[in-house]
Amino acid sequence: MLSAMWLLPYMILGGIAEALISVAQNEFFYSDQLPNSLSSVATTLSGLGMAAASLVSSWIVTATCRSWITEDIDEGHLDYYYWLMAALSLLNVVYFVWCSNSYDQNSPPSPDLLVSTCRGKHQRYIGKVKHAVFHTQKTGRKRVIVSTEQNVVASLDLRHGEIFWRHVLGTKDAIDGVDIALGKYVITLSSEGSTLRAWNLPDGQMVWETSLHSAQQSKSLLSVPINLKVDKDYPILVFGGGYLHAVSAVDGELIWKKDFTAEGFEVQRVLQTPGSSIVYVLGFIKSSEAVVYQIDSKSGEVVAEKSVVFPGGFSGEISSVSSDKVVVLDSTRSILVTIGFLDGDISFQQTRISDLVEDSGKAEILSPLLTNILAVKVNKRTVFVRVGGEGKLEVVDSLSDETAMSDSLPVADEQEAFASVHHEGSKIHLMVKLVDDLETVLLRESIQMDQHRGRVHKVFINNYIKTDRSNGFRALIVMEDHSLLLLQQGAIVWSREEGLASVTDVTIAELPVEKDGVSVAKVEHTLLDWLQGHVLKLKGTLLLASPEDVAAIQEMRMKSSGRSKLTRDHNGFRKLIIALTRAGKLFALHTGDGRIVWSMLLNSPNKFCERPSGISLYQWQVPHHHAMDENPSVLVVGRCGSDSSAPGVLSFVDVYTGKEISSSDIGHSVVQVMPLPYTDSTEQRLHLIADTNGHVHLYPKTSEALTIFQREFQNVYWYTVEADDGIIRGHAMKSSCSGETADEYCFTTRELWTVVFPSESEKIISTLTRKPNEVVHTQAKVNTDQDLLYKYVSRNLLFVATVSPKGAGEIGSVTPEESALVVYLIDTITGRILHRLSHQGCQGPVHAVFSENWVVYHYFNLRAHKYEVTVVEIYDQSRAENKNVWKLVLGKHNLTAPISSYSRTEVLTKSQSYFFAQSVKSIAVTSTAKGITSKQLLIGTIGDQILALDKRFVDPRRTLNPSQAEKEEGIIPLTDSLPIIPQAYVTHSLKVEGLRGIITAPAKLESTTHVFAYGVDLFYTRLAPSKTYDSLTDDFSYALLLITIVALVAAIYITWVLSEKKELSEKWR
Amino acid sequence: MLTMPKLTLLLFLTSLLLSSSLAFQSDELLLDDVEFGLEGANHRSTEPVFTDSPASFSPPKQKPSIRKRYSDPDLDSKIQFTLEHAFGDSDFTSAGIFSARLKTWSHGGQTLTKLRFLRNEFSDEEKDAFNNLLKGDDFYRIRLPSNVVTPPGREYVIASVRARCLPRDGLDEHIVIHMDGANILAVSYGSPGACPYPRQLKLPGKWSFNSHTILKSSEQAPRTPIFTEEILGSSENVEGEAEVPVERSFWAKYWMYLIPLGLVVMNAVTQASNMAEEQPAGSQGQPPAAIQRVSGSAAPRRR
Repeated sequence: MLSAMWLLPYMILGGIAEALISVAQNEFFYSDQLPNSLSSVATTLSGLGMAAASLVSSWIVTATCRSWITEDIDEGHLDYYYWLMAALSLLNVVYFVWCSNSYDQNSPPSPDLLVSTCRGKHQRYIGKVKHAVFHTQKTGRKRVIVSTEQNVVASLDLRHGEIFWRHVLGTKDAIDGVDIALGKYVITLSSEGSTLRAWNLPDGQMVWETSLHSAQQSKSLLSVPINLKVDKDYPILVFGGGYLHAVSAVDGELIWKKDFTAEGFEVQRVLQTPGSSIVYVLGFIKSSEAVVYQIDSKSGEVVAEKSVVFPGGFSGEISSVSSDKVVVLDSTRSILVTIGFLDGDISFQQTRISDLVEDSGKAEILSPLLTNILAVKVNKRTVFVRVGGEGKLEVVDSLSDETAMSDSLPVADEQEAFASVHHEGSKIHLMVKLVDDLETVLLRESIQMDQHRGRVHKVFINNYIKTDRSNGFRALIVMEDHSLLLLQQGAIVWSREEGLASVTDVTIAELPVEKDGVSVAKVEHTLLDWLQGHVLKLKGTLLLASPEDVAAIQEMRMKSSGRSKLTRDHNGFRKLIIALTRAGKLFALHTGDGRIVWSMLLNSPNKFCERPSGISLYQWQVPHHHAMDENPSVLVVGRCGSDSSAPGVLSFVDVYTGKEISSSDIGHSVVQVMPLPYTDSTEQRLHLIADTNGHVHLYPKTSEALTIFQREFQNVYWYTVEADDGIIRGHAMKSSCSGETADEYCFTTRELWTVVFPSESEKIISTLTRKPNEVVHTQAKVNTDQDLLYKYVSRNLLFVATVSPKGAGEIGSVTPEESALVVYLIDTITGRILHRLSHQGCQGPVHAVFSENWVVYHYFNLRAHKYEVTVVEIYDQSRAENKNVWKLVLGKHNLTAPISSYSRTEVLTKSQSYFFAQSVKSIAVTSTAKGITSKQLLIGTIGDQILALDKRFVDPRRTLNPSQAEKEEGIIPLTDSLPIIPQAYVTHSLKVEGLRGIITAPAKLESTTHVFAYGVDLFYTRLAPSKTYDSLTDDFSYALLLITIVALVAAIYITWVLSEKKELSEKWR
Repeated sequence: MLTMPKLTLLLFLTSLLLSSSLAFQSDELLLDDVEFGLEGANHRSTEPVFTDSPASFSPPKQKPSIRKRYSDPDLDSKIQFTLEHAFGDSDFTSAGIFSARLKTWSHGGQTLTKLRFLRNEFSDEEKDAFNNLLKGDDFYRIRLPSNVVTPPGREYVIASVRARCLPRDGLDEHIVIHMDGANILAVSYGSPGACPYPRQLKLPGKWSFNSHTILKSSEQAPRTPIFTEEILGSSENVEGEAEVPVERSFWAKYWMYLIPLGLVVMNAVTQASNMAEEQPAGSQGQPPAAIQRVSGSAAPRRR
């Protein structure tokens, strides 16, 4: 006899499981893991499953277990029945494990610095390295501390190039010097020598920060004693802003300061002699008098002072060749002056460069610090000059000027070595030589180098002891494209594409269409592969996988999801982000996994231009209807030189291959590039480029483009903003250029209108137009009372913000009475001011976004001491007679009549201001393929995050107590400030350090928009402002859904048949 | 500002009426706008000052000069400034004169009031030039000084229109001058009606201008509403913060549990009472006896 109570544990367990699963399942169905549209379907499907299961269970009972379950419990085999149940449950568990295994919520970080969150990709960069300090003395983690032009101080792993820690300082907080003190602190000097910070070396925590008094602008200098002893006798010496400060390395306490502001003294060198407390400070007064101070490092008292006037004057370039000697160029740049300041005495020694080098022109002292050797650039060659004991100079070697050199570094036996790198063909040659004996080459390596990295800009070397006890060297090199590479043992150990930290312009391009037969997904899988894959997955699920297995699983998942394929997908999720960096390099990033598909450094079309700097990026050719076989291309507009009158360079780059199709020196300057709304038969877009002479040039220079342009000649207008003068001018085309140099593609223009802002009260701080390719779906807005408001949608609207000249400075530098902000909406064809609104007591900076018929702008309200956001919506009143919806439906409207800017405009503007709690770096708006989806503002906050704010919150029609009808329309009750909902950060917990811009582009799927943010970091995500109402998820298995439905139908049918049979047999009995 | 376009439209209509019905045409101001100027108490008046002058007589040609004379002790001064025009790319010549009163407020601000416009009639050469513009669909350009006190100020403010937009019955023009104190920021120039794109060549019936001028200064942005605490509190609730639920009674909260519980209890009680009824019966006599008794009592009835 068995007690029925034995069933109790099973029942309890089942009950608990049921309770857990039903809640969790419901949660899952309505979470954001599942598309909204599928939630209800899934719920009902699970209900259907239950129903089917009941049928199946009755079938099992009737068909198979008749002998087991009997009237008399002792006769049957109830235990068999339960065994069957257990077996089925086990099967279910296996199936469940298999399902949950292929469900990929968050993929863990992959090894290549790419942090994948569940939504969005984030890449961390540091920027172009300025200084590097190695820290390899101790055992443990070998690291290098770098400071960059993007104001980042970072600690990198020497083995893999990963970032241990990193701090992005403010944009005005440029780093002047970095060093390691006491073997445990990283000392940085920034903001022109006025901020000194110490960071803990292992973890990057800030230890102390000292702000130093600064009276005037001067160059800054950081001198950290090499002594490892914790001692106040050896303070950190900082010169900046006319003061010499001594700061304790331990706690950042200011020990003393010496005022040099009165004399106009510029410190050039600070010499701390180990073993004595006397510090020698060498500096120049008015570039003609050399002064050396002996200062007691304990008290800051001047012990002795000596000054000698040098009649020729100094040019300011200086190189210290030994602890007590510096070499300076005189003001004519033809004489090298050796200044010895040993023991406080000053001695000059002059040597003419022409005595050293034949036919010498102007010389230039190069930056590397080499002991007893001076590197001078003369006649496009680098000349090494040895400085003898008595200041005698002699030339020891010369190299081509394209050689980059490192500072010298002490190696064994009191010797010093330095590294030089030069190019030869596609290889770079790294040489490490002894300073004292340039013939001795300690290391000679040749490394194959990618042509698209350009020349070597900087070299930093570090030595280590090899396994055979000899000296080994590793070199950190900074290339022309800002990339950072570590060379060791003749190979590139790691490289970082730091050019991506200074993206200047971005455009988004399509991937190629998937062609028949070349699909990446159709790689044949054998059954064995398939099985192995599943074994691997199972291992991963059961936590048995080794790291290699995990990597393999990752790779497999990537492949199977197809996210990183190089073909266009159905939803338009896979795209190429083309980014132009400050170094003039183009990168194509894949939206699927953020990898670099190709990169290309701009080439100079002629030899007069060393390396053009990239200005902007345009879609040149987007194959659309015709010319589908052509590859799309982008136009990169560059410039040879830094000033705006420098000749421009155009480069056309194939988007698929990353190859430059052609590049040309256009022979005129580039002030403004205007893409025209016309394309030629090969889908090349017509562009106008304005130069400094007021002429415009048509591109491409083909006769077809010319005929197209001539047809629309009358209707081409453009405008220029002269922000410094406060004038906006409108222009129209006039005629072809006359003159000898002009060709038929050059045109003169005439001035049509001007807007002159009074210079004493208004200064232009921001101008903005709509995105030219934005799509507006609805032309009208239906009010609650069935009235229509027509949006004034014009491509020719310009938003201008001006501020009182006094208020153009920092926030809070003026009183509210002194500053006013005025915003304008100007029609750029006729120069009409359509809207003008002045905000008294407000100040810039103004960040604005312009979309459809509205502008949202952000500024500071001095009266309220808060940031404000104002929205302006502009509606067309001239079409107001078509107000009745019925007229619209019945077709009695005049909406199809073309609208001319010359018609008198009657516009209605609605505007509303809200407080906003945060400072803003950039604002963008989502854009979708058809413009149906509601919009979200993407606000780049001061915390380097991106906040998505529904446009409904900045609707000017919000009222305090919306009526029922208005509520139904979705109008939110009026509040005085905009809400910042923490869940609305699209960056989640990530930060896009140094955020500078946000780019949005539509996907093919209407609900979805691509968002790409750049700064020092890069961030990419896809957003669905109104949720993905039009699609299932990427990896939704239609097959599984079908199979389930088919199986259910089959089960129902079988059960029905069986029950029929059974009923029949019952009746026969 | 909503009423403004309607008002101008009305004025425009009346002016049309006047110009067509009356043989006598005067440059008299139809509306004394001193009130308008005074109405806005501050110098950045939001009300536009407008004049409407169907002008067709030609005054003796004047050199573009500015006469300034102080008439009142309260720092009001009469000023004049010239409207100049150009045909296509020709040089600018005088086309008419604006005269106005410049009011200087005690706090230093200045406003222009009582604007009148006197347009010169086209000379024969100008008519020819304008006809050429019409044929070529070229631009008719006008300009004003950017400062009315010290013309031309920093630079001239230019506006232009396709010449084919102007001719109607006569030549209709609509000038909107955007002012900031004594500075002219911009001028909008065009026809008062629509001018759709394929512009048809149409010669003017009369060579007289119907000019409508509006003076506009900048609008003040309304101050951002600041709500009191209670409104703020209630509005924040709407913004998605969890609304504090009203404290409900114990019964209101748990009735769905209490009713079944009550039912169960009642059931149990009735069960128990039944048991209690049966139990004493069982204890008093033997159950078989009871059955016997029942059957016994029933048996005689059957019989």
